[in-house]
Amino acid sequence: MIDELRQYSQEFLASLYRRMVLVREFELRAIEERRGGLIPGFIHSCVGQEASAVGATAALREDDVITSTHRGHGHLLGKGGAPQYMMAELAARSSGYCLGRGGSLHISDFDLGILGANGIVGGGIPIAVGAALAFQMQHSSRVALAFFGDGAVNEGAFHEAANLAGLWALPVILFCENNLYGEGTPQDRQAPIADLAKRAESYGFPGVIVDGNDVLAVYATVKAAVSRARAGEGPTLVEAKTYRFRGHYEGDPQVYRKPGEMESWRQRDPVPAFRQRLLTSGRFDEAALKVLEQGVQAELDEAVAFAAAAPYPEVGEALSGVYGETHGGLVF
Amino acid sequence: MAKMTMVQALNLALHQEMEKDDAILVLGEDVAVDGGVFRVTEGLLEKYGELRVIDTPLAESAIIGTAVGMAIHGLKPVCEIQFSGFSYLAFHQLESHAARMRWRSRGAYHVPLVLRTPYGGGVRALEHHSESRESYYAHTPGLKMVIPSSPRNARALLVSAMRDPDPVVFFEPKSIYRAFREEVPDEEEALPIGSAQVVREGNDLTLISYGAMMQPTLTAADRLAEEDGIQADVIDLLSISPLDEETCVNSVRKTGRVVIVNEAPRSFGPAAEVMARLIEKSFWYLEAPIRRVTGYDVIIPLFAYEQAYLPDAQRILRVARETLDVVS
Repeated sequence: MIDELRQYSQEFLASLYRRMVLVREFELRAIEERRGGLIPGFIHSCVGQEASAVGATAALREDDVITSTHRGHGHLLGKGGAPQYMMAELAARSSGYCLGRGGSLHISDFDLGILGANGIVGGGIPIAVGAALAFQMQHSSRVALAFFGDGAVNEGAFHEAANLAGLWALPVILFCENNLYGEGTPQDRQAPIADLAKRAESYGFPGVIVDGNDVLAVYATVKAAVSRARAGEGPTLVEAKTYRFRGHYEGDPQVYRKPGEMESWRQRDPVPAFRQRLLTSGRFDEAALKVLEQGVQAELDEAVAFAAAAPYPEVGEALSGVYGETHGGLVF
Repeated sequence: MAKMTMVQALNLALHQEMEKDDAILVLGEDVAVDGGVFRVTEGLLEKYGELRVIDTPLAESAIIGTAVGMAIHGLKPVCEIQFSGFSYLAFHQLESHAARMRWRSRGAYHVPLVLRTPYGGGVRALEHHSESRESYYAHTPGLKMVIPSSPRNARALLVSAMRDPDPVVFFEPKSIYRAFREEVPDEEEALPIGSAQVVREGNDLTLISYGAMMQPTLTAADRLAEEDGIQADVIDLLSISPLDEETCVNSVRKTGRVVIVNEAPRSFGPAAEVMARLIEKSFWYLEAPIRRVTGYDVIIPLFAYEQAYLPDAQRILRVARETLDVVS
């Protein structure tokens, strides 16, 4: 294990861990603030999937782009999304990423290459493939990465986009977080195969499986896929095997869980697992990790305060932004 | 007779029709084990088994497409799409196939398919989870478009939808899924598709609405009576397509003044079609311009200001009073 970590710098390992803690704690805080009334509407939390979100985004350059999903807070934070603007958006405030109009499902930051979370399962995949096509046409070295879940692999959008990506050897990484449930139905009741990476074969590019709860394994796998993409060798489908610890949405009674499954996956919780690896490696001590963790808490305290302090958008602004020009702000 | 929420009433309709008719089956995302995201299909799996209550993959186009295939071979699929905003993925199968099969096959095939889906705002849900796009389906020849407004009429209309020989898109107003209870008879009850109901009678003004908007519309009618001494005819359309033109026209010929309320975006919405019909058939009876109170031509939700998007009793009242103030 010590050997395995040796190739990574202290700063890199610390940043991976900090980001994983940030994702975990952001989600827990958002859930708490939703209960407390600061956040309206639905939240689909990614607790348990921190390693796949952080490992995958760590393998990208700042000018690379991602498309995300309804369970996208980890992807956005991994790509550098600012917790305070995210929290403000969740709280429907004017200081949020979408000016308080979109909420959790539609956060985007084009400066950071975040093309957007998406309320439609599979909706982001063709968009990422289109971005990759643009990069190829522009002779750019940029790549696109589409996050999606095991449920999306059964949508037509996945297949149409994967076919194009393979046909035109596009610089795109199709990153499937297989958390074993598409909404409230187990993956094995949604597809006749357990290893979704196999679907790449019919589109003519590699499909690889990775332990989605091992942040370094995810990082290394995506890094290799990114290198292929930048070299003009085309797409890769990465299937990260993971598990979500909470419901499809907050409040989901989760009657569909298989007995014992949660307990067994809890043993593989990616955040404490990586923490333990860092400690075992001897390169981090308890005190150093505590400092990182406290830093995250402080950042989230600020994010919540920032969200709570901001006003709601003005009613009159609600009519703008649909077209390049509004209808003169006409109120019927 | 029991007091039920709309969710319970819809569940009753499914139970009773599935009991009577073995050809009916339910399919959709999380409809079986989970009982549906809003629990409308609860208990069906236990009673009718997994051949008739089917959890599908997340694949809306496949849900509707396979339902078309089943429907032309003697089955009566009732499809649930979790939110009406997800139905766009199935639009092609609905518009290009379900709606056209009877016509295209010169009557050899027909498609007794029901698409049930929750629509509308008011629950502070997210984009794609709050919209009101009934016009897409009402605009499509070959589809029927039904929107109930209460537990009792929801049950009775869903029964008719399941018995209809042609595809019915059935929008369920999720903001009132559990908002109130109503007596729903134990014995079976069906309401004809294509018939509106006059739910309150008056001679001074006609208010026309449907779905979740019936609540603020009725509140406005009450306030007009109490505060202004105005008695309004209130019409609940129940079916957007086919539209019960006769009931609307008869009322407006009596009152001469009309306000139409829909939650959908304003432009090309159902209110516009109702206005067009009234102009064609009751123009010479009008004493004031026809008015409408609608959602705006923006993408709902606005979260903090969802209530500002949705027509409410106050807006309806203001427009109704303006209509009444017109001196003919």
